[in-house]
Amino acid sequence: MSRMLMKGNEAIGEGAIRAGCRYFFGYPITPQSELTHYLARRLPEVGGLYLQAESEVASINMVYGAAGAGARVMTSSSGPGISLMQEGLSYLAGAELPCVVVNMMRGGPGLGNIAPSQADYFQATKGGGHGDYHLIVLAPNSVQELYDIVKKAFELADRYRNPVMVMADGIMAQMMEPVELDDRYEVEIPPKPWATTGRAFHEGKNLINSCYVVPEEMEELNLRLLKKYNEIRQKEQACDSFLLEDAEIVLVAFGTASRISRAVVEKARALGIPAGLIRPVTLWPFPSDFVSRAAERVKCFLTVEMNMGQMVEDVRLAVQGRAPVFHYGRLGGMVPVVRDVLEEVKKLYSGSESS
Amino acid sequence: MKKVFSRPKSLKDMPFHYCPGCTHGIAHRLVCEVIDELDIQGVAVGVGSVGCSVFTMNYFDIDMLQGAHGRAPAVATGIKRVLPDRVVFTYQGDGDLAAIGTGEFIHAATRGEKITVIYINNAVYGMTGGQMAPTTLMGQRTKTTPGGRDKDINGFPIKVCEILVPLEGSAYVARVSLHNPKSIIQAKKAIKKAFTVQIKGLGFSLVEVLSTCPTNWSLTPLEAVKWLEENMIPYYPLGEFKTPAEVV
Repeated sequence: MSRMLMKGNEAIGEGAIRAGCRYFFGYPITPQSELTHYLARRLPEVGGLYLQAESEVASINMVYGAAGAGARVMTSSSGPGISLMQEGLSYLAGAELPCVVVNMMRGGPGLGNIAPSQADYFQATKGGGHGDYHLIVLAPNSVQELYDIVKKAFELADRYRNPVMVMADGIMAQMMEPVELDDRYEVEIPPKPWATTGRAFHEGKNLINSCYVVPEEMEELNLRLLKKYNEIRQKEQACDSFLLEDAEIVLVAFGTASRISRAVVEKARALGIPAGLIRPVTLWPFPSDFVSRAAERVKCFLTVEMNMGQMVEDVRLAVQGRAPVFHYGRLGGMVPVVRDVLEEVKKLYSGSESS
Repeated sequence: MKKVFSRPKSLKDMPFHYCPGCTHGIAHRLVCEVIDELDIQGVAVGVGSVGCSVFTMNYFDIDMLQGAHGRAPAVATGIKRVLPDRVVFTYQGDGDLAAIGTGEFIHAATRGEKITVIYINNAVYGMTGGQMAPTTLMGQRTKTTPGGRDKDINGFPIKVCEILVPLEGSAYVARVSLHNPKSIIQAKKAIKKAFTVQIKGLGFSLVEVLSTCPTNWSLTPLEAVKWLEENMIPYYPLGEFKTPAEVV
């Protein structure tokens, strides 16, 4: 074990390398640039390749080729670039190819700005590209977790043959925190007998494809994907909680907003308000089972998000009307501040007490 | 008795979906003959494209990936960078490569990506139903140029080989045709050279293959061959535009 002070972007890069990723194809965009700088320097040191593509469209298709060839491969971008990658993500999901895509979200829509935001939640968790598919979406909330979660992302990608998105924002990307690094570089990458490595290297002919002209065959693929997604829903939901046991008002927040929300919970408790926090680590599959269990006894929920209210829909679906679910959001790259969220909590708590 | 002619082993024995008189079948055969002759069936990885050639993935008896519309050179880049000792090629039509995929082929060439592009130019969108392609000739009638291609509305047909010549990363660039037996023999030579350039690690190679589309040209197969010769070749001159000294 060694300990280093790292930027979030750098921690992701180092995490990827120690997870066995040796190929990165990408295109510059703020605020994820330090990740590309880091990998451009580090990947050649470990016998890997950093290649700057001509566009995000090309990057994700290079990822498609490299994943098809059996490599652990990654790309990264921010909102506008991720939008351009949606075509490729749909193809990767349809062809069941494993890869990791990092989205360091920024303010939008359109060109927006480079300030931190969580406005890509719908795009990441509800599809984004065409067709019926899901990405696995992971939402770390510390630099240490950015480092750790990349390894998990690659493992999940390989296990389910599915693209995995690691989603954070400009704050997570840019802030510095100490990171415990494991010293092992050797990871076991599962065999990929389906990879298109040339007929001389496996039995028969391998074909990577998402084109099924016969609707019955297309439905067969969709059903296979559905089965896989249901398995992921069942096995991979992950979240953290804080002071949840006796909480009457529960904040639900991920990433940067979850750190602010934790401070809000502490301050509320000091005021005698029994607040708690649920922090989804997987945004898809959403930890619905966990939220649903909490809904048995909680008076109300408040999602704290840096968007107009996107995750709040998943919370409402999990709660199924058993408790009111409110949303507090700052938009366009603005970050919620503890004081304002606390005011919201106080207001909701006095309301729920009087009702 | 000596066997003098047979199906290439890299080409699957199955009925093609192509229309009568379409030259995709000949182009497929030439690619597979070259794969056999270079003995690279085991190390070849192909990238399919979108359009009529979408089913190459079924016909070529090698490992294949199906790429998105226009993106095949980027997909091929990903494969080749992971597996540099494999022979990686794309098979793309003109709508795929010269319209939506313009960025991908130019930048793969610019990088000197060691891949081979087989580029089928039949001056029209085939599978989609006969719309104007970037390569549609001036005055040519298509579903979306019912009065003929007009420069003031549609601009001019794109010459892919000529674009690639000045790019330092492109090593071998040739335009061939499939309108008669002599041109077919020359086409095969060019395809073989293109693969050889890749195997020798000399850079990006592309063979543009002038091809027919009797269905969307509203011509008989024989008329289509004549139309190609009389109309396409004057605008898209045949020949090797760029050849590295190592394979001359």
